Amino acid sequence: MSEKDILIRAEGLSVGFKIGDGIFNKQILKAVDGINIEIERGSFFGIVGESGSGKTTLGRALLKAVPITGGEAFYKDDEVDLNLTHLEGPELKDYRKRAQLIFQDPYAALSPRMTVRDIIAEPLEVMGLTKSREETDERVREIAAKCRLNLEHLRRFPHAFSGGQRQRISIARALVSGPQFIVADESVAALDVSIQADVLNLLKQIQQEMGLTFMFISHDLSVVAHTCDHVAVMYLGRLVETAPTRQMFKGPRHPYTRALFSAIPSLDPDDRGTAQKLDGEIPSPTNQPPGCKFHTRCPHAEYQCMQEEPRLENPGDGHEVACHRWKELMDLVPA
Amino acid sequence: MSVLIEVENLTLQFRTDEGLITAVENVSFSLNKGEVMGLVGESGSGKSVTAKALMHLNAGNAVYSPQSKITLHTDDGPVDVLSLRKPSEMQVVRGGAISMIFQEPMASFAPAITIGKQMVEQLQLHGTMSKAKAKEISVEMLDRVGISDPSSRFNQYAFELSGGMRQRAMIAMALSTNPKLLIADEPTTALDVTIQAQVIDLMKDLVEEFHMGIIFITHDLGVVAQTADKVSVMYLGRLIEEGPVRPVIRDPKHPYTQGLLAALPKLDDLDAPLTPVPGDIPSPLERPPGCVFHTRCSKIVGDICTATQPVQLETEPEHRVACHIYGGDAA
Repeated sequence: MSEKDILIRAEGLSVGFKIGDGIFNKQILKAVDGINIEIERGSFFGIVGESGSGKTTLGRALLKAVPITGGEAFYKDDEVDLNLTHLEGPELKDYRKRAQLIFQDPYAALSPRMTVRDIIAEPLEVMGLTKSREETDERVREIAAKCRLNLEHLRRFPHAFSGGQRQRISIARALVSGPQFIVADESVAALDVSIQADVLNLLKQIQQEMGLTFMFISHDLSVVAHTCDHVAVMYLGRLVETAPTRQMFKGPRHPYTRALFSAIPSLDPDDRGTAQKLDGEIPSPTNQPPGCKFHTRCPHAEYQCMQEEPRLENPGDGHEVACHRWKELMDLVPA
Repeated sequence: MSVLIEVENLTLQFRTDEGLITAVENVSFSLNKGEVMGLVGESGSGKSVTAKALMHLNAGNAVYSPQSKITLHTDDGPVDVLSLRKPSEMQVVRGGAISMIFQEPMASFAPAITIGKQMVEQLQLHGTMSKAKAKEISVEMLDRVGISDPSSRFNQYAFELSGGMRQRAMIAMALSTNPKLLIADEPTTALDVTIQAQVIDLMKDLVEEFHMGIIFITHDLGVVAQTADKVSVMYLGRLIEEGPVRPVIRDPKHPYTQGLLAALPKLDDLDAPLTPVPGDIPSPLERPPGCVFHTRCSKIVGDICTATQPVQLETEPEHRVACHIYGGDAA
């Protein structure tokens, strides 16, 4: 393979929100802090982390749904090469059809007053991508068929559908403008297990057929393990570990990733209580600890961890980790 | 072990504009003291409605069939829950012998009243306890569920606590009345995995300490495997499989239970394809005749599946399944 085909690249990407009012009470909440990632074209890139880790904000920043306040992000496909940081006007409009979002809650994401056909057609009409109603209808039917919705479904309103079907409608709406990059934010979290597998299989199939690039945001590690080629773990706005999925699941290096893995409830009733438990909760982003952000909960934290923030290091095998002690821990505490 | 609660032939319908909707049909089970039962099923399976029936807590349009019977064994003898009529009578079960924890702790606490005031209020409601005593018990309970600095948390509002802390406070509140039966409706679903692990641990400790029965409602089979002694699986208002946790998880008999397990992404085999249970759970307005699962079942044995309801059969001790594959004719 020649040079890697990178669709999305972030360099030191940060997103901060101003909070507090008044002159003396101005604070910046750093939701995403200095993230470097490269998302290869045609890949399924997973972002994992607890609530408050900044995974959703990262996804939104890459979609230009929240302003990027630091660092830079780039998008490059066959037609355009965009710097997302200061994107505006017609270029931003153009980017909107190339990058789309699938929401978590299919009950809240669809307007109850629109038919399924109108829901799916709306992006085409708003962006002016089709010239006639016939063209719109044809495009809607085509994309609906891909998401296993038939003509009968298109005439109905969302309330007539179950969770799985609604999520398929959301997917069709996201795909109709022909995007290259899709952010799926907890897209199966609200679904029942029996339906979840169906939606995951559909996403995979669409991605392969249409050659799309997915950023899949989830808190569910087993779902990520089954769908993504590459995983990045976030904690308090930082990237703490990133690797190809198999490599990560075979040997997680960061103590946080390890704790996350062992916290998944095992299906074996005789395997109770073997998990290494993590005490406490993720600190508030307005009151971040110094040094390594994870040291307040890390069972292996030392003096250095409280003083100095570890950088993401790449030992040469594509499995990057931000921890001062990961090497000793790999020998000390086998995963 | 002594029986704590018995449910016999529970059938529950709701009167709606579109007609009578069957939410629970002919469900029977029992729970012993100190036992944890996992109640599993997807949305619309009737698991929450069943749990609420135990406290006679369903809405006014609920219609119980005359055969339905729920017996709670308290220290003062058995109580026929469904025969209770007046709110004052129902206090025996509501907040007295039975407590409930809900999925969304933020929605369960009043936002404008401190956690402590709510805890004291419910304690005083159930007896002639003095305010000081109620406060003492509440703070002690908050401490017991692992909330640091309980006496200052006592004066805080729900929004000031994080998700995990809120769920702990909810548990503390539910346990402070010293219930015999705790119903936990998806208590960890809204929590992160690391916090979920903490809450599961806490609940296990509490069962041992207080020796109460727990009904744990969840859709997560991993959580069931980690907590429950026995499992009941519901689908569209019917109990389709029940038994001790090991045989049900390791060797499920009903095609639906098998499907649920196959649909779970497993970490030890990343190459295994994800197999969804085909189709969607039917609307309760269009209950399929015969076996309620036949519209999604891949193992239909013949016309019998679409025509007659299967009865429960015991395939091994304590492990019962309602499916025509294992023979047995309709009742």
